[in-house]
Amino acid sequence: MARMKFICDAERCIACNGCVTACKSEHEIPWGVNRRRVVTMGEGSPGERSISVACMHCSDAPCMAVCPVDCFYRTEEGIVLHDKDVCIGCGYCSYACPFGAPQFPSNGTFGMRGKMDKCTFCAGGPEPNGSQAEFEKYGRNRLAEGKLPACAEMCSTKALLGGDGDVVADIFRTRVLSRGKGSEVWGWGTAYGKPTGATAAPDTKAAKS
Amino acid sequence: MKALLIAVGLLLVVAACGERAQSGPSKRKSDTPAWDAAQDPFVVPGWKSGDQASWESQIRNRTNGQNEYPRIAPKS
Repeated sequence: MARMKFICDAERCIACNGCVTACKSEHEIPWGVNRRRVVTMGEGSPGERSISVACMHCSDAPCMAVCPVDCFYRTEEGIVLHDKDVCIGCGYCSYACPFGAPQFPSNGTFGMRGKMDKCTFCAGGPEPNGSQAEFEKYGRNRLAEGKLPACAEMCSTKALLGGDGDVVADIFRTRVLSRGKGSEVWGWGTAYGKPTGATAAPDTKAAKS
Repeated sequence: MKALLIAVGLLLVVAACGERAQSGPSKRKSDTPAWDAAQDPFVVPGWKSGDQASWESQIRNRTNGQNEYPRIAPKS
């Protein structure tokens, strides 16, 4: 059984926001709602890193635990989804979620908070697959089209990986082992050249002896 | 008689200590599995609707497509 997972490689993310745009475009997400967003840490300082964050489809999801109307469910592939016809928009899930995944559109009367909206791993919701009702409430159901989430498939540097957890883990492991560390990291050597002579870091073994 | 009244009285006193389950049946609708192909023209070929194994294989292949290492030349 495939278990769906996302992983974002901070060494590769260039904060282009392509994933955010792909998500908003694919599901026609309204203004003010971002199912996915890019978070940058240490912005402007050396060692700055960015990661793309959305619902992580937790195995023991706190949103599910706190929902007073029990609108959440987990699919066989480990994707956490919810029923918007049951959701009352109370916002408990947004307080419980450590990733800030639950979003609330404020397009009602006097900016009233609407029903919760979040990343569905492009798996729609409890409506017939690919139906208009599903699209209007939850967006496209790409999994039922044999595809993967639009954000991961659109990522230009492949920092964001999504899909079968075992395969994603294998890809990431291969990548980490292949790219090395420091200036060996995949991409840097290609772009700026490998360290040479005077600029190279001193060999630690030679320094010890 | 007195003992019976005491027993009934005690029973009434502790009756309030019971607790009913507060969770009712969920009104949530059931979802269709992902391997039932979407009814739209965007379904990619290469897998069979309703066949879980076929869908899983398609998803695995598609996930593997995110790995660029098989496509680039090996490190010398």
